[in-house]
Amino acid sequence: MSKLLIEDKEVVIPGQILAEGMDYLPSNGAIREGDNIISTSMGVVSLSGRLIKIIPLTKRYVPQIGDVVVGFVKDLTYSSWFIDIGYSNDAVLSMKDATSDFIERGADLTQYFSHGDYMVAKIANVTKTKAVDITMREPGLKKLYGGKIIEVNPARVPRIIGKQGSMIKIIKDSTGCMITVGQNGIIWLKGPDLKNELIATEAIMRINECSYTQGLTEQTEAFLKERTGGKQHGVHQEA
Amino acid sequence: MAYTKRLDGRKLDELRKVEAKVGVIKTAAGSAMFRMGNTIAYAAVRGPREVFPRSMAKPDTAVLRCYYDMMAFSGAGERVRPGPSRRSKEISMVTAKALEPVLDLTEFPKSGIDVFIELIQTDAGTRCAGICAAALALADAGFSMKDMVCAVAMGVIDGTVVADLDKAEEDYDKGPVADLAMAMLPRSGEVTLMQMDGEASQEHIIEAVELMKKSIKKIYEVQKKALLEKYGGVKDE
Repeated sequence: MSKLLIEDKEVVIPGQILAEGMDYLPSNGAIREGDNIISTSMGVVSLSGRLIKIIPLTKRYVPQIGDVVVGFVKDLTYSSWFIDIGYSNDAVLSMKDATSDFIERGADLTQYFSHGDYMVAKIANVTKTKAVDITMREPGLKKLYGGKIIEVNPARVPRIIGKQGSMIKIIKDSTGCMITVGQNGIIWLKGPDLKNELIATEAIMRINECSYTQGLTEQTEAFLKERTGGKQHGVHQEA
Repeated sequence: MAYTKRLDGRKLDELRKVEAKVGVIKTAAGSAMFRMGNTIAYAAVRGPREVFPRSMAKPDTAVLRCYYDMMAFSGAGERVRPGPSRRSKEISMVTAKALEPVLDLTEFPKSGIDVFIELIQTDAGTRCAGICAAALALADAGFSMKDMVCAVAMGVIDGTVVADLDKAEEDYDKGPVADLAMAMLPRSGEVTLMQMDGEASQEHIIEAVELMKKSIKKIYEVQKKALLEKYGGVKDE
Protein backbone atom coordinates (compact mmCIF):
# COMPACT_ATOMS: atom_id res chain seq x y z
CA MET A 1 0.00 0.00 0.00
CA SER A 2 1.44 3.36 -1.00
CA LYS A 3 1.56 6.27 1.35
CA LEU A 4 1.98 9.94 0.60
CA LEU A 5 4.06 11.67 3.27
CA ILE A 6 3.59 15.25 2.16
CA GLU A 7 0.76 17.57 1.18
CA ASP A 8 0.33 19.56 -2.00
CA LYS A 9 2.10 23.00 -1.81
CA GLU A 10 4.30 21.88 1.08
CA VAL A 11 7.89 23.16 1.19
CA VAL A 12 10.39 20.29 1.18
CA ILE A 13 14.15 20.09 1.57
CA PRO A 14 16.57 17.93 -0.45
CA GLY A 15 16.61 14.30 0.65
CA GLN A 16 13.14 14.33 2.15
CA ILE A 17 11.02 11.21 1.58
CA LEU A 18 7.92 12.28 -0.33
CA ALA A 19 6.04 9.00 -0.78
CA GLU A 20 6.41 5.33 -0.02
CA GLY A 21 5.41 2.54 -2.39
CA MET A 22 5.22 2.18 -6.13
CA ASP A 23 1.89 3.97 -6.76
CA TYR A 24 3.45 7.39 -7.17
CA LEU A 25 5.81 8.59 -9.89
CA PRO A 26 8.69 11.07 -9.55
CA SER A 27 8.80 14.05 -11.90
CA ASN A 28 11.16 17.07 -11.96
CA GLY A 29 13.07 17.56 -8.71
CA ALA A 30 12.32 14.10 -7.40
CA ILE A 31 13.83 10.64 -7.85
CA ARG A 32 12.89 7.10 -6.99
CA GLU A 33 15.21 5.26 -4.65
CA GLY A 34 14.10 1.73 -3.86
CA ASP A 35 10.48 1.93 -2.77
CA ASN A 36 10.57 5.60 -1.87
CA ILE A 37 10.30 8.84 -3.77
CA ILE A 38 12.92 11.34 -2.67
CA SER A 39 13.07 15.10 -3.20
CA THR A 40 16.33 16.33 -4.72
CA SER A 41 15.73 20.05 -4.49
CA MET A 42 14.61 22.78 -2.15
CA GLY A 43 11.13 23.65 -3.32
CA VAL A 44 7.36 23.37 -3.24
CA VAL A 45 5.53 20.10 -3.89
CA SER A 46 3.15 20.03 -6.81
CA LEU A 47 0.91 16.97 -7.01
CA SER A 48 -0.98 16.07 -10.15
CA GLY A 49 -2.57 12.66 -9.95
CA ARG A 50 0.17 10.14 -9.30
CA LEU A 51 2.93 12.50 -10.37
CA ILE A 52 5.03 14.24 -7.74
CA LYS A 53 6.95 17.30 -8.91
CA ILE A 54 9.06 19.82 -7.00
CA ILE A 55 8.94 23.44 -8.15
CA PRO A 56 12.32 24.79 -7.01
CA LEU A 57 12.50 27.84 -4.76
CA THR A 58 16.19 28.29 -5.49
CA LYS A 59 18.31 27.08 -8.39
CA ARG A 60 21.39 27.72 -10.46
CA TYR A 61 20.77 28.59 -14.09
CA VAL A 62 21.05 25.74 -16.60
CA PRO A 63 20.50 26.88 -20.20
CA GLN A 64 17.70 25.31 -22.19
CA ILE A 65 16.94 25.70 -25.88
CA GLY A 66 14.55 28.59 -26.44
CA ASP A 67 15.35 30.52 -23.23
CA VAL A 68 15.57 34.28 -23.66
CA VAL A 69 18.51 35.48 -21.59
CA VAL A 70 20.40 38.67 -20.81
CA GLY A 71 24.18 38.38 -21.13
CA PHE A 72 27.30 40.40 -21.79
CA VAL A 73 30.31 40.07 -24.04
CA LYS A 74 33.20 38.57 -22.16
CA ASP A 75 35.59 38.00 -25.04
CA LEU A 76 35.68 37.95 -28.80
CA THR A 77 37.56 36.10 -31.52
CA TYR A 78 37.93 36.71 -35.28
CA SER A 79 34.59 35.05 -35.97
CA SER A 80 32.55 34.91 -32.78
CA TRP A 81 31.77 36.39 -29.40
CA PHE A 82 31.83 34.72 -25.99
CA ILE A 83 28.83 35.75 -23.94
CA ASP A 84 28.54 35.39 -20.17
CA ILE A 85 24.98 34.25 -19.48
CA GLY A 86 25.43 33.38 -15.81
CA TYR A 87 26.30 29.76 -16.55
CA SER A 88 29.60 28.02 -15.90
CA ASN A 89 30.35 27.75 -19.62
CA ASP A 90 30.25 30.85 -21.83
CA ALA A 91 27.76 30.92 -24.68
CA VAL A 92 29.09 31.31 -28.21
CA LEU A 93 27.53 33.88 -30.53
CA SER A 94 28.72 33.15 -34.03
CA MET A 95 28.93 35.76 -36.78
CA LYS A 96 25.96 34.44 -38.71
CA ASP A 97 23.80 34.37 -35.58
CA ALA A 98 24.78 37.90 -34.59
CA THR A 99 23.75 39.99 -37.57
CA SER A 100 22.37 39.79 -41.08
CA ASP A 101 25.01 42.26 -42.29
CA PHE A 102 27.75 41.12 -44.64
CA ILE A 103 30.96 41.11 -42.64
CA GLU A 104 34.17 41.31 -44.62
CA ARG A 105 37.05 39.02 -43.77
CA GLY A 106 39.16 40.53 -41.02
CA ALA A 107 36.59 43.19 -40.13
CA ASP A 108 36.56 44.66 -36.65
CA LEU A 109 33.84 42.79 -34.79
CA THR A 110 33.69 45.36 -31.98
CA GLN A 111 31.49 47.54 -34.20
CA TYR A 112 28.69 45.04 -33.54
CA PHE A 113 29.39 43.90 -29.99
CA SER A 114 32.32 44.94 -27.86
CA HIS A 115 33.59 43.84 -24.46
CA GLY A 116 31.02 44.48 -21.75
CA ASP A 117 28.07 45.12 -24.08
CA TYR A 118 24.82 43.69 -22.76
CA MET A 119 22.26 42.04 -25.02
CA VAL A 120 19.04 40.07 -25.04
CA ALA A 121 19.64 36.76 -26.80
CA LYS A 122 18.02 33.43 -27.26
CA ILE A 123 19.55 30.01 -26.57
CA ALA A 124 19.77 28.37 -29.99
CA ASN A 125 21.40 25.10 -29.02
CA VAL A 126 22.77 23.26 -26.01
CA THR A 127 24.92 20.24 -26.73
CA LYS A 128 25.29 17.13 -24.64
CA THR A 129 28.53 18.47 -23.18
CA LYS A 130 26.73 21.74 -22.32
CA ALA A 131 28.34 23.91 -24.98
CA VAL A 132 25.85 26.74 -25.53
CA ASP A 133 25.07 28.57 -28.79
CA ILE A 134 22.99 31.72 -28.77
CA THR A 135 21.38 33.76 -31.51
CA MET A 136 20.36 37.39 -31.99
CA ARG A 137 18.44 36.92 -35.23
CA GLU A 138 14.92 36.78 -33.91
CA PRO A 139 12.35 39.49 -33.18
CA GLY A 140 12.84 41.20 -29.83
CA LEU A 141 16.49 40.24 -29.48
CA LYS A 142 18.77 43.25 -29.36
CA LYS A 143 21.75 45.00 -27.92
CA LEU A 144 20.99 46.92 -24.72
CA TYR A 145 22.05 50.54 -24.30
CA GLY A 146 22.17 52.29 -20.91
CA GLY A 147 19.94 51.30 -18.05
CA LYS A 148 20.97 49.05 -15.22
CA ILE A 149 21.43 45.34 -14.55
CA ILE A 150 20.15 43.48 -11.52
CA GLU A 151 20.61 39.83 -10.68
CA VAL A 152 18.06 37.57 -9.03
CA ASN A 153 17.81 33.85 -8.36
CA PRO A 154 16.67 32.16 -11.62
CA ALA A 155 14.03 30.23 -9.66
CA ARG A 156 12.23 33.52 -8.93
CA VAL A 157 11.95 34.58 -12.59
CA PRO A 158 8.45 33.06 -13.12
CA ARG A 159 7.28 34.96 -10.04
CA ILE A 160 8.77 38.25 -11.24
CA ILE A 161 7.12 37.89 -14.64
CA GLY A 162 3.82 36.66 -13.16
CA LYS A 163 0.97 34.92 -14.92
CA GLN A 164 0.99 36.12 -18.54
CA GLY A 165 3.38 38.88 -17.50
CA SER A 166 0.96 40.38 -14.97
CA MET A 167 3.56 41.17 -12.29
CA ILE A 168 6.10 42.74 -14.63
CA LYS A 169 3.33 44.75 -16.31
CA ILE A 170 2.38 46.31 -12.96
CA ILE A 171 5.98 47.37 -12.37
CA LYS A 172 6.38 48.69 -15.92
CA ASP A 173 3.11 50.64 -15.81
CA SER A 174 3.67 52.31 -12.46
CA THR A 175 7.34 53.23 -12.95
CA GLY A 176 7.48 53.74 -16.72
CA CYS A 177 10.60 51.56 -16.93
CA MET A 178 11.53 49.31 -19.80
CA ILE A 179 12.31 45.94 -18.26
CA THR A 180 13.72 42.75 -19.79
CA VAL A 181 13.78 39.69 -17.57
CA GLY A 182 16.16 36.95 -18.72
CA GLN A 183 15.43 33.35 -17.82
CA ASN A 184 18.94 33.29 -16.33
CA GLY A 185 17.92 35.71 -13.59
CA ILE A 186 19.67 38.73 -15.10
CA ILE A 187 17.31 41.68 -15.47
CA TRP A 188 17.89 44.83 -17.50
CA LEU A 189 15.85 47.93 -16.79
CA LYS A 190 15.86 51.51 -17.99
CA GLY A 191 13.52 54.16 -16.70
CA PRO A 192 12.53 57.73 -17.42
CA ASP A 193 14.56 58.87 -14.40
CA LEU A 194 16.71 57.52 -11.58
CA LYS A 195 13.91 57.62 -9.02
CA ASN A 196 11.65 55.33 -11.00
CA GLU A 197 14.53 53.00 -11.80
CA LEU A 198 15.25 52.64 -8.10
CA ILE A 199 11.60 51.98 -7.26
CA ALA A 200 11.41 49.28 -9.94
CA THR A 201 14.66 47.74 -8.66
CA GLU A 202 13.32 47.70 -5.11
CA ALA A 203 10.04 46.13 -6.23
CA ILE A 204 11.89 43.37 -8.10
CA MET A 205 14.25 42.72 -5.20
CA ARG A 206 11.26 42.43 -2.85
CA ILE A 207 9.78 39.73 -5.08
CA ASN A 208 13.20 38.05 -5.15
CA GLU A 209 13.42 38.07 -1.35
CA CYS A 210 9.95 36.71 -0.60
CA SER A 211 8.78 34.95 -3.74
CA TYR A 212 7.20 32.14 -1.73
CA THR A 213 4.58 34.29 0.01
CA GLN A 214 0.96 34.33 -1.07
CA GLY A 215 -0.72 37.42 -2.52
CA LEU A 216 2.52 38.87 -3.82
CA THR A 217 0.87 40.70 -6.73
CA GLU A 218 -1.34 42.71 -4.35
CA GLN A 219 1.62 43.43 -2.07
CA THR A 220 3.72 44.67 -4.98
CA GLU A 221 0.85 46.78 -6.26
CA ALA A 222 0.42 48.39 -2.83
CA PHE A 223 4.17 48.98 -2.53
CA LEU A 224 4.36 50.65 -5.95
CA LYS A 225 1.31 52.78 -5.25
CA GLU A 226 2.85 54.01 -2.01
CA ARG A 227 6.22 54.80 -3.59
CA THR A 228 5.04 56.39 -6.84
CA GLY A 229 1.94 58.06 -5.43
CA GLY A 230 -0.37 56.00 -7.62
CA LYS A 231 0.73 57.74 -10.84
CA GLN A 232 0.49 55.61 -13.96
CA HIS A 233 2.98 56.16 -16.73
CA GLY A 234 0.65 55.07 -19.51
CA VAL A 235 2.13 53.93 -22.78
CA HIS A 236 5.77 53.03 -22.50
CA GLN A 237 8.20 51.71 -25.01
CA GLU A 238 8.01 47.98 -25.60
CA ALA A 239 11.02 46.33 -23.97
CA MET B 1 38.40 6.22 37.74
CA ALA B 2 36.18 6.01 34.75
CA TYR B 3 34.76 9.08 33.04
CA THR B 4 31.15 9.13 34.27
CA LYS B 5 30.39 12.80 34.71
CA ARG B 6 31.10 15.14 31.81
CA LEU B 7 33.17 18.27 32.36
CA ASP B 8 30.37 20.66 31.34
CA GLY B 9 27.63 18.62 33.02
CA ARG B 10 25.99 17.27 29.86
CA LYS B 11 24.51 13.79 29.64
CA LEU B 12 26.72 11.25 27.86
CA ASP B 13 24.63 11.33 24.67
CA GLU B 14 23.73 15.00 24.85
CA LEU B 15 24.87 17.40 22.11
CA ARG B 16 25.81 20.99 22.71
CA LYS B 17 23.29 23.66 21.71
CA VAL B 18 22.80 23.42 17.95
CA GLU B 19 21.73 26.40 15.86
CA ALA B 20 21.60 27.01 12.13
CA LYS B 21 20.69 29.86 9.83
CA VAL B 22 20.47 29.86 6.05
CA GLY B 23 21.14 32.77 3.70
CA VAL B 24 23.54 34.75 5.88
CA ILE B 25 25.81 35.99 3.07
CA LYS B 26 23.82 37.90 0.49
CA THR B 27 26.35 37.97 -2.35
CA ALA B 28 26.93 34.21 -2.34
CA ALA B 29 24.88 31.76 -4.39
CA GLY B 30 24.08 29.97 -1.15
CA SER B 31 25.23 30.40 2.42
CA ALA B 32 24.64 29.16 5.92
CA MET B 33 25.77 29.45 9.53
CA PHE B 34 26.01 26.39 11.73
CA ARG B 35 26.70 26.61 15.42
CA MET B 36 27.50 23.79 17.81
CA GLY B 37 28.01 25.12 21.30
CA ASN B 38 30.89 27.57 20.97
CA THR B 39 31.95 26.38 17.52
CA ILE B 40 30.58 28.63 14.79
CA ALA B 41 31.03 27.86 11.10
CA TYR B 42 30.00 29.98 8.15
CA ALA B 43 29.82 28.51 4.66
CA ALA B 44 29.37 30.29 1.33
CA VAL B 45 28.93 28.67 -2.08
CA ARG B 46 30.25 30.37 -5.23
CA GLY B 47 29.77 29.13 -8.73
CA PRO B 48 29.43 27.04 -10.81
CA ARG B 49 32.26 28.85 -12.54
CA GLU B 50 35.38 28.21 -14.59
CA VAL B 51 38.09 26.06 -13.06
CA PHE B 52 41.71 27.15 -12.99
CA PRO B 53 43.93 25.37 -13.79
CA ARG B 54 41.82 24.00 -16.61
CA SER B 55 43.35 20.55 -16.24
CA MET B 56 41.45 20.14 -12.97
CA ALA B 57 38.06 20.32 -14.72
CA LYS B 58 36.15 17.11 -15.39
CA PRO B 59 34.50 16.72 -18.81
CA ASP B 60 31.23 15.25 -17.49
CA THR B 61 30.62 16.93 -14.14
CA ALA B 62 31.60 19.84 -11.91
CA VAL B 63 34.37 19.65 -9.37
CA LEU B 64 33.51 20.49 -5.79
CA ARG B 65 36.25 22.42 -4.05
CA CYS B 66 36.08 23.19 -0.36
CA TYR B 67 38.21 25.68 1.52
CA TYR B 68 38.27 25.19 5.28
CA ASP B 69 39.76 28.03 7.28
CA MET B 70 39.99 28.97 10.92
CA MET B 71 40.10 32.70 11.53
CA ALA B 72 43.10 34.20 13.29
CA PHE B 73 41.15 35.02 16.46
CA SER B 74 38.98 31.89 16.49
CA GLY B 75 40.97 29.66 18.85
CA ALA B 76 41.44 29.52 22.59
CA GLY B 77 43.74 32.54 22.78
CA GLU B 78 46.74 31.74 20.61
CA ARG B 79 46.66 33.37 17.21
CA VAL B 80 45.69 30.76 14.58
CA ARG B 81 47.66 31.24 11.41
CA PRO B 82 44.95 31.51 8.75
CA GLY B 83 45.27 30.25 5.22
CA PRO B 84 46.27 26.88 3.87
CA SER B 85 48.23 24.64 6.20
CA ARG B 86 48.82 20.89 6.31
CA ARG B 87 45.79 20.56 8.60
CA SER B 88 43.36 22.86 6.79
CA LYS B 89 44.19 21.36 3.40
CA GLU B 90 43.42 17.90 4.72
CA ILE B 91 40.14 19.03 6.25
CA SER B 92 39.20 20.83 3.02
CA MET B 93 39.73 17.59 1.15
CA VAL B 94 37.73 15.38 3.53
CA THR B 95 34.93 17.97 3.59
CA ALA B 96 34.63 17.78 -0.19
CA LYS B 97 34.71 13.98 -0.03
CA ALA B 98 31.97 14.01 2.64
CA LEU B 99 29.67 16.18 0.52
CA GLU B 100 30.30 14.78 -2.96
CA PRO B 101 28.22 11.56 -2.59
CA VAL B 102 24.93 13.47 -2.21
CA LEU B 103 25.47 15.98 -5.02
CA ASP B 104 24.50 15.57 -8.65
CA LEU B 105 26.59 18.09 -10.57
CA THR B 106 26.26 16.63 -14.08
CA GLU B 107 24.30 19.75 -15.11
CA PHE B 108 27.51 21.76 -14.86
CA PRO B 109 30.26 19.91 -16.73
CA LYS B 110 33.77 21.39 -16.94
CA SER B 111 33.00 23.81 -14.12
CA GLY B 112 33.92 24.22 -10.49
CA ILE B 113 31.85 24.90 -7.40
CA ASP B 114 33.65 26.53 -4.52
CA VAL B 115 32.56 26.16 -0.91
CA PHE B 116 34.27 28.51 1.50
CA ILE B 117 34.05 27.52 5.16
CA GLU B 118 35.18 30.03 7.75
CA LEU B 119 35.27 29.31 11.46
CA ILE B 120 34.92 32.48 13.44
CA GLN B 121 34.98 30.75 16.83
CA THR B 122 36.19 27.27 17.63
CA ASP B 123 35.69 24.84 20.47
CA ALA B 124 36.40 21.43 18.88
CA GLY B 125 34.27 19.72 16.25
CA THR B 126 35.11 22.30 13.60
CA ARG B 127 35.22 20.01 10.56
CA CYS B 128 31.82 18.60 11.54
CA ALA B 129 30.27 22.06 11.96
CA GLY B 130 31.85 23.05 8.64
CA ILE B 131 30.31 20.08 6.83
CA CYS B 132 26.87 20.79 8.32
CA ALA B 133 27.10 24.45 7.26
CA ALA B 134 28.37 23.53 3.77
CA ALA B 135 25.50 21.07 3.21
CA LEU B 136 23.00 23.78 4.11
CA ALA B 137 24.72 26.31 1.85
CA LEU B 138 24.67 23.90 -1.11
CA ALA B 139 20.95 23.25 -0.60
CA ASP B 140 20.38 27.02 -0.36
CA ALA B 141 22.24 27.54 -3.64
CA GLY B 142 19.82 25.12 -5.29
CA PHE B 143 22.02 22.23 -6.31
CA SER B 144 20.46 18.83 -6.79
CA MET B 145 21.06 16.75 -3.66
CA LYS B 146 19.70 13.34 -2.80
CA ASP B 147 20.19 13.81 0.92
CA MET B 148 21.47 16.25 3.53
CA VAL B 149 24.78 15.63 5.27
CA CYS B 150 24.93 15.68 9.06
CA ALA B 151 28.21 15.56 10.92
CA VAL B 152 29.18 15.43 14.56
CA ALA B 153 32.15 14.09 16.53
CA MET B 154 31.83 11.15 18.89
CA GLY B 155 34.41 10.41 21.55
CA VAL B 156 35.68 7.68 23.78
CA ILE B 157 36.99 9.20 26.99
CA ASP B 158 38.61 6.79 29.42
CA GLY B 159 36.44 3.95 28.17
CA THR B 160 33.16 5.91 28.05
CA VAL B 161 31.47 6.73 24.75
CA VAL B 162 30.22 10.33 24.63
CA ALA B 163 28.66 12.54 21.97
CA ASP B 164 30.02 15.83 20.65
CA LEU B 165 33.30 16.53 22.44
CA ASP B 166 34.26 20.07 23.27
CA LYS B 167 37.85 21.32 23.51
CA ALA B 168 38.16 20.64 27.26
CA GLU B 169 37.11 17.02 26.75
CA GLU B 170 39.39 16.61 23.75
CA ASP B 171 42.30 17.67 26.00
CA TYR B 172 41.17 15.49 28.95
CA ASP B 173 44.38 14.37 30.65
CA LYS B 174 43.27 11.85 33.29
CA GLY B 175 42.76 9.05 30.78
CA PRO B 176 43.00 8.18 27.09
CA VAL B 177 40.76 10.11 24.68
CA ALA B 178 39.69 9.03 21.19
CA ASP B 179 37.98 11.60 19.00
CA LEU B 180 35.91 10.21 16.16
CA ALA B 181 34.69 12.76 13.60
CA MET B 182 31.89 11.39 11.43
CA ALA B 183 29.52 12.56 8.73
CA MET B 184 26.41 10.59 7.92
CA LEU B 185 23.52 10.83 5.48
CA PRO B 186 20.42 11.01 7.67
CA ARG B 187 18.08 9.05 5.40
CA SER B 188 20.27 6.12 4.39
CA GLY B 189 22.68 6.13 7.32
CA GLU B 190 25.66 5.98 4.94
CA VAL B 191 28.91 7.25 6.44
CA THR B 192 30.75 9.79 4.27
CA LEU B 193 33.44 10.83 6.74
CA MET B 194 35.14 8.88 9.48
CA GLN B 195 38.37 10.04 11.04
CA MET B 196 39.84 9.28 14.42
CA ASP B 197 42.49 10.68 16.72
CA GLY B 198 43.66 8.45 19.55
CA GLU B 199 42.90 4.82 20.25
CA ALA B 200 39.64 2.98 20.83
CA SER B 201 38.57 -0.66 20.92
CA GLN B 202 36.36 -2.17 18.24
CA GLU B 203 33.41 -2.39 20.65
CA HIS B 204 33.69 1.29 21.54
CA ILE B 205 33.76 2.32 17.89
CA ILE B 206 30.66 0.26 17.13
CA GLU B 207 28.99 1.85 20.15
CA ALA B 208 30.03 5.31 18.93
CA VAL B 209 28.55 4.70 15.46
CA GLU B 210 25.28 3.59 17.07
CA LEU B 211 25.24 6.75 19.20
CA MET B 212 26.01 8.79 16.06
CA LYS B 213 22.90 7.41 14.36
CA LYS B 214 20.81 8.79 17.22
CA SER B 215 22.66 12.11 17.42
CA ILE B 216 22.33 13.07 13.75
CA LYS B 217 18.53 13.01 14.05
CA LYS B 218 18.73 16.13 16.16
CA ILE B 219 21.16 17.81 13.79
CA TYR B 220 18.98 16.93 10.80
CA GLU B 221 15.96 18.51 12.49
CA VAL B 222 17.91 21.75 13.07
CA GLN B 223 19.12 21.80 9.44
CA LYS B 224 15.62 21.14 8.12
CA LYS B 225 14.13 23.86 10.28
CA ALA B 226 16.76 26.38 9.15
CA LEU B 227 16.07 25.69 5.46
CA LEU B 228 12.30 25.82 5.91
CA GLU B 229 12.60 29.08 7.85
CA LYS B 230 14.35 30.79 4.95
CA TYR B 231 11.90 29.46 2.36
CA GLY B 232 8.70 30.14 4.27
CA GLY B 233 7.92 26.51 4.98
CA VAL B 234 7.51 26.82 8.74
CA LYS B 235 3.88 26.25 9.62
CA ASP B 236 2.18 28.34 12.29
CA GLU B 237 0.86 26.07 14.97
